[in-house]
Amino acid sequence: MSDPVLATADAAAESPSLVTGGAPPTGVPTGEKPRGLWGDAWRDLRRRPLFWISLSLIGIIVVVAAVPQLFTSINPTIAGSADLSKSLDPPSADAWFGYDVQGNDVYARTIYGARASVLVGFLSVTFAALIGGLIGILAGFYGGWIDGLLSRIGDVFLGLPFVLGAIVILSSFAGAQSDASATLIITLVISTIVVLSWPLYARIMRSSVVSGKQADYVQAARALGAGPGRIIFRHLLPNCLAPIVVIATLNVGAYIAAEAALSFLGIGLRSPVVSWGVMISDARNALRSAPHVMLFPSAFLTLTVLSFVMLGDAVREALDPKLR
Amino acid sequence: MTKNIIEVRDLVRHYPIQQGILYKRTIGQIKAVDGVSLDLVEGETLGVVGESGCGKSTLARVLMNLEKPTSGTVLYKGQDIFKLSKGDMRRLRRNIQLVMQDPYTSLNPRMTVGDIIGEPFEIHKEVAPKGSRRRKVEELLETVGLSPEHINRYPHQFSGGQRQRIGIARALALQPEVIICDEPVSALDVSIQAQVMNLLERLQDEFGLSYLFIAHDLSVVRHLADRVAVMYLGRIAEIGTEDEIYERPTHPYTQALLSAVPVPDPESRNTKAIIRLEGDVPSPANPPSGCRFRTRCWKAQEICAAKEPELVRREDSDHPSACHFAETRTVVVSHEA
Amino acid sequence: MTDVITSNTPAPEAAVPPSTRLLEVDKLHVEFRTRDGVAKVINGVSYHVDAGETLAVLGESGSGKSVTAQAIMGIIDSPPGFVTGGEIRFHGRNMLKLAEEERRKIRGSGIAMVFQDALSSLNPVFTVGFQIGEVFRKRLGMSRKESYKKAGDLLDLVKIPNARQRVKAYPHEFSGGMRQRVMIAMSLALDPEVLIADEPTTALDVTVQAQIMDLLAELRRERNMGLILITHDLGVVADVADRIAVMYAGRIVEESDVFELYRKPCHPYTLGLLESIPRLDLKGQELNTIKGLPPNLMRIPSGCAFNPRCPMAQEICRTDIPPLLPINGGTRASACHFAEELASRD
Repeated sequence: MSDPVLATADAAAESPSLVTGGAPPTGVPTGEKPRGLWGDAWRDLRRRPLFWISLSLIGIIVVVAAVPQLFTSINPTIAGSADLSKSLDPPSADAWFGYDVQGNDVYARTIYGARASVLVGFLSVTFAALIGGLIGILAGFYGGWIDGLLSRIGDVFLGLPFVLGAIVILSSFAGAQSDASATLIITLVISTIVVLSWPLYARIMRSSVVSGKQADYVQAARALGAGPGRIIFRHLLPNCLAPIVVIATLNVGAYIAAEAALSFLGIGLRSPVVSWGVMISDARNALRSAPHVMLFPSAFLTLTVLSFVMLGDAVREALDPKLR
Repeated sequence: MTKNIIEVRDLVRHYPIQQGILYKRTIGQIKAVDGVSLDLVEGETLGVVGESGCGKSTLARVLMNLEKPTSGTVLYKGQDIFKLSKGDMRRLRRNIQLVMQDPYTSLNPRMTVGDIIGEPFEIHKEVAPKGSRRRKVEELLETVGLSPEHINRYPHQFSGGQRQRIGIARALALQPEVIICDEPVSALDVSIQAQVMNLLERLQDEFGLSYLFIAHDLSVVRHLADRVAVMYLGRIAEIGTEDEIYERPTHPYTQALLSAVPVPDPESRNTKAIIRLEGDVPSPANPPSGCRFRTRCWKAQEICAAKEPELVRREDSDHPSACHFAETRTVVVSHEA
Repeated sequence: MTDVITSNTPAPEAAVPPSTRLLEVDKLHVEFRTRDGVAKVINGVSYHVDAGETLAVLGESGSGKSVTAQAIMGIIDSPPGFVTGGEIRFHGRNMLKLAEEERRKIRGSGIAMVFQDALSSLNPVFTVGFQIGEVFRKRLGMSRKESYKKAGDLLDLVKIPNARQRVKAYPHEFSGGMRQRVMIAMSLALDPEVLIADEPTTALDVTVQAQIMDLLAELRRERNMGLILITHDLGVVADVADRIAVMYAGRIVEESDVFELYRKPCHPYTLGLLESIPRLDLKGQELNTIKGLPPNLMRIPSGCAFNPRCPMAQEICRTDIPPLLPINGGTRASACHFAEELASRD
């Protein structure tokens, strides 16, 4: 259905020869901004309360991750912040979340733990989507043996169970550095997640590209003489991006949870890195006697994952009708 | 002197039907285009009509070199377009352009109208220096009857007829000599079809274009075409001028087709010949032997199954027809408008 | 802006009193309420069809022709569609006031409908015989075997070759034209008195279209049904219709018997349409176009909805909605302030 104001303007534009009776030609409508499909999606997104709620939560968590100093004066990563005498003390006025088994302030650790968790989540998704997306585009666009090769490789990785694969990869590298730096450990975990999950994005992108290739406007671009680069980046990519964006958003939460699982198993992040997974792992044994040690990091973890899921849902609904 | 700007000789495009997972066996062929020869004269409109499965859309794609033929040649001003180098092919695309059927899918929904029409200039930078591109796009919008102020709008903000105009503007950008129109008005409302058809006519007069006009609607083709080729199951059944085909058709399929087209005149219930075909179009994967039309033809004899009729001029007829028993028959009584 | 609506008497027909008409739509109003606004899809439509005649409802997309049919069948999605006024009388009874149970009984046995796209109207996982037979099993309580046999009879009726064997086939095994015949067979299962065909041949090849239209005409004759043919194709209408109602922007703008309409249209829209379609039997025509675009149903122009596009529009056209009135007291009707002028020209 055409914009009604456009309709009258064009009625005049389309038949300049007609001068009798008829509606007087209206001028070009003012204040009408062109609305691309992303713009439409944004307007839809803006209207959803779920979007704002999840965005606020995520915003808070990102701030916590970026500037933990704002939220607590205690820095649990430096030595000497632990006080063994307070081991497993319950929440009190000084320490809102109590103390863990080593005497660390649980609240402070939870705050500082956000950074590692969020970093792993974001970076894993970014790299997995980039690498997977690129491979998917190549496989989908060129087809033939390239597609066959890339898809079979991807199938192999998809066939690996995540936890098992992670255990294999991380334990073979784990021995190499027992005193590794925090950066190295985080990089390792991120790489593991990326290596095991890129096929998902490759598949999504590939199937989008395969069907997008058939679109009339792509044929039209070919008819104009467009080369593969232009077709891929100008025509295919913008129209195939939506499913990846949705899945990526949903997966940030999933990868944060994955990191927690790996850390819980002892092969993911570990000291000196503080993360919620590490905290949950450490709190295993004290669960019965001091539940507060596991409760708070778990709550934060759950809340974070939930926020991303909500955001992913909202984004999916906003983008969905436009996909058609 | 009339020159052939495009010459098609024995064009064939088969699609293999494959089976198997690891090793794909070819168990058959879909004979979409199965030996088509025709000429497009400079400045004329050649209509190609046929129903679904006749191969006209495949013909369009092959002529645009969007697909390689299985065999056959297409000459553009004497050059075989399938043997060109990449650079030459790219340059050739400036001369032969395409207008597609569906205005809702032929424009990239995420590009503005200005980008869509300007894309040809970005691909063929030598045609328009950077500074002049915007102006050219605005001129093109005006030429097709749209307001240049809408240059930053997106396709979904336009109606179907307007989108088709945008597609036409895009095809005109490089000032081609030939435009292949693949059912350009089929998806439009009746009252809009006329607007777009008039536009196409005007553009042809103004720019000296040659059209290959593909359609299933015989009334539309009559209005625009100088010559008409009737296709059936991948081959041409009959080809001639507008008068010859509409007033003196000789091939039974053409006659049946003309008879089936409803005429907006209740009085014609009495004057139009009623020829009804039995059954449906056979599958292009399995066309009948000999003459493809014989399974639905009331004139079919043994020879029709044995020998495929060639597209040649037949006895006391003034244009080529692929039928052993071609006979002129007036189906539609034509008047001057 | 207030629109002045003068008296709105529908065209009087010859001696048939209204209550005995087979199916009658009376001053129907339908709107669609969406997030972006309210679209007034039908704005006071009245027409009728009797046994043994074919009424063609002609219009382009957005004219409301399909929605009227859906309203008759009671299949408008509600929300967002709402019937906001008028009556639809079948044998004199207003169906809009009936309970859903009652309406369901009428569907199929009283009034049946054939849609445009048979492929999406048929369930791909059940055989054709099963789907046709479903009607017999559910409504008439027949056994499966009996219903299959009846389905075979119906396929035979619509001239599908090897009907008995084809009963066991799946929809995708039929070609487009054959599928449409299956749809027609299904619609005739309960012997309806009125058949509504909504663009039944638009998606088909022209040679197949001709077969299907012949079939419909023949069936209508044999069963003395009333046929409402909804289409945009002026050619198809000329071939089969007895009377025509032309719709624009949710209103009927002209109503006439078929010969008169083509010989002398009395509404600028009809005239514009006839002048703008390319014809098979004319050489060297000029196509006169109707300028502009069909209206946005959320913002229908005031006065006569056609006025922005009308070459004859005057001031009164922008302020007063022209009622559908008989021309010179005869059986034709037109909703135009200048209908009489159009009627009296040569």
